[in-house]
Amino acid sequence: MTIPPAPAPSPTSVLASPTPVTPASGDRGDRLRQLVGSPRLAFVIRRLARAVVSLVIVLIASFFLVHLVPGDPVRAALGPTVSPEAVEALRRELGLDLPLGQQFLDYLRGLVTGDLGVSVTSQRPVGATLAERLPTTLLLAVVSFVVAALGAFPIGVATAVSSRSGRHRAADLGVSGLLGVLIAVPNFLLAVLLISVFSVGLQAFPPAGWGQPSQVVLPVIALAIGPLAYLSRIVHVEMLRVLEEPYLTTARSKRLPGRILYVRHALPNIVAATLTAGGVVLVGLVAGTVLIETVFVIPGIGSTIVSSITAKDYPLIQGVVLVYAILVLAANLLIDLALAALDPRSAIAEA
Amino acid sequence: MSELEFRQVSVRYGHGRSAHLAVDSADLVVRGGTTHGLVGESGSGKSTMARIAVGLTPVSGGSILLDGVDITDRAKEARLARRRVQMVFQDPFSALDPRMPIGASIAEGLLATGRSYSRLDREARVHALLDRVQIDPSRAGESPSAFSGGQRQRITIARALAAEPAVLIADEITSALDVSVQGVVLNLLRDLQQELDLTMLFISHNLAVVRYVSDEVSVMRAGRIVEHGETSTVLAHPTDPYTRELLRSVPVMGEPLELEDA
Amino acid sequence: MSSRFVRTLRTPAGITVIAGVVIVLLATVFGPVLFGEAASARDIAGRQQGASLEHPFGTDELGRDLLARVIVATRISVLLTLGATGISVVGGVIVGIVAAVLPSFARRLVNALIDILLSFPWLLLALFFSVIWGTTATGAMLAVGFAGIPVFGRLVSTLASSVAGSDFVHAARILGSSPLRTAVRHVVPNILPPLLVNTASHASVTLLSFAALSFLGLGVQAPEYDWGRLLNEGARRIYVDPMAAIGPGIAIVLTGVVFSLLGALFSEKRSGRTLRALPRRSRAETRAIFTVPDTAPVVEAVDLRVSFRAEDGGVVERVHGVSLSVAPGEIVGIVGESGSGKSVTAMAIAGLLGPDSLVESDTLVFRGIDMTREPTSVEKRRLALEQAMIFQDPLSSLNPSLTVGRQLREVSEIHGRTGRAAALARAVEALTLVRIPDAARRLGQLPHEFSGGMRQRAMIAMGLMGSPRLIIADEPTTALDVTVQRQVLRALRDAQRSTGAAILLISHDIALVSGFCDRVIVMRHGRVVEELAADRLDEARHPYTRGLIACVPDMGTDRDEPLPVIDAGEPVPEQKEIVA
Repeated sequence: MTIPPAPAPSPTSVLASPTPVTPASGDRGDRLRQLVGSPRLAFVIRRLARAVVSLVIVLIASFFLVHLVPGDPVRAALGPTVSPEAVEALRRELGLDLPLGQQFLDYLRGLVTGDLGVSVTSQRPVGATLAERLPTTLLLAVVSFVVAALGAFPIGVATAVSSRSGRHRAADLGVSGLLGVLIAVPNFLLAVLLISVFSVGLQAFPPAGWGQPSQVVLPVIALAIGPLAYLSRIVHVEMLRVLEEPYLTTARSKRLPGRILYVRHALPNIVAATLTAGGVVLVGLVAGTVLIETVFVIPGIGSTIVSSITAKDYPLIQGVVLVYAILVLAANLLIDLALAALDPRSAIAEA
Repeated sequence: MSELEFRQVSVRYGHGRSAHLAVDSADLVVRGGTTHGLVGESGSGKSTMARIAVGLTPVSGGSILLDGVDITDRAKEARLARRRVQMVFQDPFSALDPRMPIGASIAEGLLATGRSYSRLDREARVHALLDRVQIDPSRAGESPSAFSGGQRQRITIARALAAEPAVLIADEITSALDVSVQGVVLNLLRDLQQELDLTMLFISHNLAVVRYVSDEVSVMRAGRIVEHGETSTVLAHPTDPYTRELLRSVPVMGEPLELEDA
Repeated sequence: MSSRFVRTLRTPAGITVIAGVVIVLLATVFGPVLFGEAASARDIAGRQQGASLEHPFGTDELGRDLLARVIVATRISVLLTLGATGISVVGGVIVGIVAAVLPSFARRLVNALIDILLSFPWLLLALFFSVIWGTTATGAMLAVGFAGIPVFGRLVSTLASSVAGSDFVHAARILGSSPLRTAVRHVVPNILPPLLVNTASHASVTLLSFAALSFLGLGVQAPEYDWGRLLNEGARRIYVDPMAAIGPGIAIVLTGVVFSLLGALFSEKRSGRTLRALPRRSRAETRAIFTVPDTAPVVEAVDLRVSFRAEDGGVVERVHGVSLSVAPGEIVGIVGESGSGKSVTAMAIAGLLGPDSLVESDTLVFRGIDMTREPTSVEKRRLALEQAMIFQDPLSSLNPSLTVGRQLREVSEIHGRTGRAAALARAVEALTLVRIPDAARRLGQLPHEFSGGMRQRAMIAMGLMGSPRLIIADEPTTALDVTVQRQVLRALRDAQRSTGAAILLISHDIALVSGFCDRVIVMRHGRVVEELAADRLDEARHPYTRGLIACVPDMGTDRDEPLPVIDAGEPVPEQKEIVA
């Protein structure tokens, strides 16, 4: 006997609740809703405000990143063999000798003008490196997300309908087990497996690099399969829940054809939950590019962040961390806006 | 015999323009040793009346007096006095801790008396209370999941009695129960009220049930008490149009429902 | 609970998980002792070998046996995982508790911060922290551990606030239990089990996170090695020997699965098993009835039995041979308490029971349609037009995503082959009949813009879109206030009068049924107890019916007498049969 409203004890459910509602926010929402008139608009305003606050936190965090490193980051970056003069020169170049307030102002000014500093290792402007590499990462993430989202709906709906009918029990268990395995296998491991099977074994796709369409296939599969399985399961669970709702019984009592029953009556009611889960997936995909780019040697910002951390190239680290954080915020905001636009009863605002 | 008086109490939820008055300057007196019925529909504010009496919700205005002592403020005296007002909840499933044996739940009621009990005294008291509500005392060590809804409701009544309350508030205590079980719980409550000379505030949406247990009755609507008086008088000669509509709506056994407009 | 846990351990899944835990523990404790030598013995001649019997995972660039290295790496991988999980849990509990005791403004702030942190994937948080703490094993442990704190902070504060909002905590507060006592006696015991479950599952996530960091070269550094690092080294020579990468991968995945299964095992909630479909059977020969005389019963059920698949895989019969019939235009009420089988009977008549049910009967016919079979498309069309349903919960019986108008029009458009405009006109008419004002505008609204009583009336209007012969109303007013109940019943009766449809009203309220229906059927424990005219209730002969009438106080009950109590009666044998 557990307490009824406790969240389901699974790690996914914990991760999949990015919009938990604090008891107080309802009250605040009421006031805002009264002010702007529409619950939908109030929701959008709240989410925009949250994105702005998040952005401020991200800016502050990425600025202080260097200052939080214990000891002397400059010395750490250059190694113990370099002369004190060189250390001092780099410190001056990075502006670390200035007062903290001045440093922060310079940092913000740099951000506005697009000047993110110069990489310690390559001596190239960080902004230029990022601009060159970001499109690759974006392409990888977006294509993978589209693959995952497009695949998840048919799989989730079909498995839910089949498992409710209970007629194909063995197949249902098999598919559900397969999805479970795909969720459990981490993407970097899957990437290694894909390379060993399709590149080394079958020689069907190149194992590394970026540029030709054939080089896109394996990274996208490696990145998309886990989220695809996860989203399929969310769609499956949500669909099963909706299929047991009284309004679906109402629809069945109208003897509607299956197509209308599932597409018109069931699907719209899983949109909100699926989109929310989709947000988690999208954000996870963005982060997953770090691993996939490293495995497939793809020149995106993901492989950059790893090499820059290893090299203690702080200006570059700062830049990449900032870009990643902004990508995550943008992904979250995008999902929120989609929720506001698609959720038919604006349940989001009632929550 | 204690008297509970709500004097011009108001409860406001929210702030500013979105504020909502759940209870609007309500006056209600539960006379000592009697049962006072409070009837109203969902959202009428009747449950809020129960919550403010036991201190679960703060009042925004007015006062609640137990034998003349204001129990709404935060002073120690008020807090101690408030413990003499106890409550039985609507949902017998969430009113008992699923991980606590029912005996321990009932023993928790003894806290409110302010006395300390030895282990043996405590056990004896729990057994006596379980026996009183017609539950086998040897089951004190079992967890709530072993009991049915009606049994659980009797256990929560025993817990409230353990506190030796001056006033007992029953908030929709039979609405989650089957009709046959409802009768058992109502009979128990009536017996207890007479036996212990309890002062009781009985809250329900069911007019027939309120009529059966109450000496006096108040009708609540949209946060206001629209009518009150002796049960037989109010039901025989309702003055408020809402009370009349309520009376007309209650189905009567064996009589065709009156469905036309008045 | 504990005995249940022991029982769970004895299931095949339980034994598998225990075996997995034991193996991981053994490798953690004894791995370095037993295989340490083999893992560090260099063999330059036999370096970079592929998989062989002697070296199942092959050897590395110094000729060291990779299987031995994988086993030895268990200790550091598991210890770092446990360390990081510990940091996440302890940190999360502290954050959650602090958030719970803070005044409301500060609590809101902490919660908002957790929200924001939760929106970042753990890998980015971990990378951020590993910049600060450096690319070492300890640094990675701190990084992964701290990255998990928001997850547990949120979990603890959600769990705590859900327990704190329950009636039993309110009761304790009213009884004068101090906040500390309440926390120790009520809150902690109720949040601990779910916390434990999540800790085990989170350990699995942490293990993978660690492997990822080490794989990126940001975790454990040479000469130390964990599974992630071995995978990294193996991936570099994947062309030579795939097993060098697959070996550590297997260790990572299997251990991760063991941790997450452990979590699932701790969880008391049994996973929803997939139900096998039960066939529908009719014991009677199906006779084709082509014309339905208007005087024939609308519904005829003889010896109707309904069974459901039980949790243990067996089959439990819930309706044991009910026979009833409803004449055209007749209003019949079925009364009973919970578990009496009244709703199941109604749903069987409507043919709307789910696939986990088994309906058997000598006859179960709705106007010539055998309801025990899958209906043909012609029959479906007739059922759609001639049957109407109203359910108990007005909040969920209309589709929240579709406008009321669309839900009303649907039947006419699909089965009545009516055009959109005609269907719309008809919907306006139907909504007006159930006395919903401003019908045309109301049709464009979503159900949540309707009050509960209006939604039930809209359901009635939906039934009026066809040419109903039977309206099945399953506790249509239970969730409503009495004054609203009256409006809904009035709409129901208006509908009946305007169409001549029969009504089957299911209710627990015998007074209501007696006041609304022509005939009352009393059910108990899946059987019909008694059937009598509504105006002859005082002639009831069965003691249960008499008890049911007497035990409900009405406006005329003698207030000085105790209420008669229904004898609990003979225990009902639950009919169980195991279907192969």
